[in-house]
Amino acid sequence: MREVSIVGIGQLPVGEHWDLSIRHIAHHAIAEALAEAGTGQVDALFVGNMLSGSLLSQEHLATLIADFSGLRNVEAAKIESACASGASALRIGHMAVASGMHDVVVVCGVEKMTDTTGEGTTAGLATAADAEYEAAHGVSFVGLNALIMQRYMYEFDVPVDAFAGFSINAHRNGARNANAMFQKPISLDTYLNAPMIATPINMMDSSPVCDGAAAAVLVASEQAGQYTSGHHPGAVQILASASANDTVALHDRRDPLFLEAAYVSSQKAYMQSGVTPADISFFELHDAFTIMSALSLEATGYARRGEGWHLAADDAISPEGRIPISTLGGLKSRGHPVGATGMYQIVETVQQLRGEAGQGQIANASVGMAQNIGGSGATIVTHILGG
Amino acid sequence: MSIASLWRTRQQRYSLQGETCPDCHQAIFPPRDVCPYCSEAAGPLHTMSGRGEVYSYTKMFNVPDGFLAQRPYTVALVKLEEGPMVTAQLTDISDEEVEIGMPVEMVTRKLREEGDSGEIVYGYKFRPVFAAAD
Repeated sequence: MREVSIVGIGQLPVGEHWDLSIRHIAHHAIAEALAEAGTGQVDALFVGNMLSGSLLSQEHLATLIADFSGLRNVEAAKIESACASGASALRIGHMAVASGMHDVVVVCGVEKMTDTTGEGTTAGLATAADAEYEAAHGVSFVGLNALIMQRYMYEFDVPVDAFAGFSINAHRNGARNANAMFQKPISLDTYLNAPMIATPINMMDSSPVCDGAAAAVLVASEQAGQYTSGHHPGAVQILASASANDTVALHDRRDPLFLEAAYVSSQKAYMQSGVTPADISFFELHDAFTIMSALSLEATGYARRGEGWHLAADDAISPEGRIPISTLGGLKSRGHPVGATGMYQIVETVQQLRGEAGQGQIANASVGMAQNIGGSGATIVTHILGG
Repeated sequence: MSIASLWRTRQQRYSLQGETCPDCHQAIFPPRDVCPYCSEAAGPLHTMSGRGEVYSYTKMFNVPDGFLAQRPYTVALVKLEEGPMVTAQLTDISDEEVEIGMPVEMVTRKLREEGDSGEIVYGYKFRPVFAAAD
């Protein structure tokens, strides 16, 4: 096994890109990442994407993007694991380079969600659930998270405004990120008066539907020097890459209020890297809904079961706090182009570790963790990166 | 869901037919090839009673294609008395009545219609268990 480093990153500002097709936005991120690495020679392109088939009637996506990006005669494959597609693709790229099978791999997470109607996109997202036993009953993805949040509030006696801090933190941080979809802080009043999507989840608990693409170039760490000469900001090493799964259907979980796959994948990542939660400078978690922030903090060792929301109330999650999260806006404010999200998390983690996060920079950032969740907690991929 | 998939799952949607594991004796719904509790081969068919209680619920305002005519509606996680949990809509309720722990029972209702000429899908929903009149 070889150590693997990231020597180039690229991203498109998240938003509603009606003027661009999926091939354009993917190419934008890939071209930026390759330019930074100073190479056009790659062995493989792995694309993380969830919905191109159902929303765009476009499969064979990785080869389409490779073709459009001028990457011929390379290996190209799409990796799908719902909203965890981005980090799953990175993990495949990591394994390809670590094993010695490939020397230079580009990983791109991409999603185009605004070409369809809201209901069409909602139905597409619901395909991450069990089609015969969840989606068939009309439950949406927001609905599944609402079922978790409602029970969580009941079981742990959590007040209705307890989750506001997650949303306020994300928006405050997103306001400092030029690539975020929403670059505007929100107030507690905005949160409390937001319209309901599926009780108790309101618009400010929920990440937006949007388009985006983010990419990274992976090489063996021992060869990283070839790509980082001159003005290059330096390589960032992947210290751990781990994935774990759980039941697809929420109703089949042993404990629907505990993200077992987050616990298992983060424990694997801590063991691989020799890093403990206390060593981590910041945590890009999967805040698709505010309840997921609380559950992720509990499953990864930052809070006891039922107490993750205290970290928001105590402001421990702010850039100056004990464990900064969603440092450049997270899914809530930067946006959640589902299959691309895992790669935005990685790109932002690299920005932080290089000291290139601008106004959103975390002081003395040396180790960052990114965690990408597919479904209502069924596939969870954890990466730990370090300078 | 396709017509073939609707036909395959008819016993589950109409009568909550699951299984009992021959090794660990846990009730399983829907049927699986492998018991989720002990990983042994799953066992004989077993029809659930249809009684259970609300584990959690949500009133949905934004809904997927195919369910627009019914919105808003309430979806619940129902813990069946045999043990398994199912996702299903609640019916015959007003909003205020729903609470966690509420006893419910299965009824067969229309889940969705696929346009004017498509199939009409029936399946389980759950309603409150009414106390018998004195």
